[in-house]
Amino acid sequence: MSGVRVLVGTRKGAFILTSDGKREKWDVSGPHFGGWEVYHMKGSPVDPNRIYASQSSGWFGQVMQRSNDGGKTWETVGNKFLYEGTPGTHQWYDGTPHPWEFKRIWHLEPSLTNPDVVYAGAEDAALFRSDDAGDNWQELAGLRTQGSGSQWMPGAGGMGLHTIVIDPTNPQRIFVAISAAGVFRTDDGGLTWKAANRGLKSKYIPDPNAEIGYCVHRIAMHKARPNTLFMQLHWNVMRTDDAAESWTNISGNLPTDFGFPIEVHAHEPETIYVVPIKSDSEHYVDEGKLRVYRSRTGGTDWEPLTNGLPQKDCYVNILRDGMSVDSLDECGIYFGTSGGQVYMSPDSGDHWTAIVRDLPPVVSVEVQTLA
Amino acid sequence: MIRVVLPYHLRNLAKVGSEVALEVTGPVTQRSILNELEARYPVLSGTIRDHVTQKRRPLLRFFACETDHSYDDPDTPLPEAVASGAEPFFVVGAIAGG
Repeated sequence: MSGVRVLVGTRKGAFILTSDGKREKWDVSGPHFGGWEVYHMKGSPVDPNRIYASQSSGWFGQVMQRSNDGGKTWETVGNKFLYEGTPGTHQWYDGTPHPWEFKRIWHLEPSLTNPDVVYAGAEDAALFRSDDAGDNWQELAGLRTQGSGSQWMPGAGGMGLHTIVIDPTNPQRIFVAISAAGVFRTDDGGLTWKAANRGLKSKYIPDPNAEIGYCVHRIAMHKARPNTLFMQLHWNVMRTDDAAESWTNISGNLPTDFGFPIEVHAHEPETIYVVPIKSDSEHYVDEGKLRVYRSRTGGTDWEPLTNGLPQKDCYVNILRDGMSVDSLDECGIYFGTSGGQVYMSPDSGDHWTAIVRDLPPVVSVEVQTLA
Repeated sequence: MIRVVLPYHLRNLAKVGSEVALEVTGPVTQRSILNELEARYPVLSGTIRDHVTQKRRPLLRFFACETDHSYDDPDTPLPEAVASGAEPFFVVGAIAGG
């Protein structure tokens, strides 16, 4: 019988929520790694029982975990993330050169074809790859050392590489996104990279044609349309249909186009979801109402989804990795909040219910659809 | 034997009790203790000192014999009471974060 497993990373540990295909009754396990920040957990699409987790702490730094049994047990794997060669510098907030310093892993992206291969996005921004299930890590240094790396500058939350999207039809093509540098694409498995930000606009960048410097919050792809990407930029929701050669604005009638997550329906490549946040100064939902917005037209025309979500006195945030979908016949949508709730909709967003309400602040949500 | 007291989270990570006993050869210093600790419990590598610089992580402290040794040179011999096992070497998480 089919089922789902929801991997929830929080400020104080990880939780795993499981249900059968009806998605009505849930088992909650955790906290795993209690007291540690878990920025991200993600399972291998090839072997769903292989799950990787990023565990970190201001005191003790970065620890990496691997499970081979769907999160029942964990083993610590390699945490040696070394920048290749002499790390050099990027720009600091005041524009001065600042040495590259490893802080934490923000995002894990297992290979689509090999459960032992996994990519990790780091702060300070860099992409690492492991070919032995996380025991050892190697930087794909071309991203950072060629071209514009010395000009990258952190956003308010740090200079993290937070999004890794692998083209399902061509594993040599990978997109990454960095705050606040932008989107970069490789077509040779990570050896060389190019900035892919044409069409993005930011009021914080005086040059309207700047190649880099964009605070991209997340990008998402439907596996059937590898040349189409959707982006939640700092402000503005964007799309590309030419593999990030150019981007166009699809914010349309959103009440505010600031936000963090963006996700694509599992079966409808033109159905996308965002959660508008009031502003970059306030970081909570607008008007005290928690509303997911759905577009069934690939953007521009958006509808609020509110059934089952609080519509007064709600002031939570949803972070960039805080939303995910399952691929059951009736697509389920999931998101976690800074208030510790994990909401799910079993019907593409029409109706919502809270699976749990009182977790620590949720940092990430990933969903595995189990056969 | 050298006695090392670890903070709660590192005990859990290394799956040990409140105190670890180590056999250290040569002078007993911060570096020799941590080298032995990491060799015995590789999972602790990078959690007490940086992988590359080998410097103490900023929010950890090293105490022994009611003295803060955090700012000592890592190759300075620790007190004889630590070397003899009469007193433990403490790795302490700083109070931070509210």
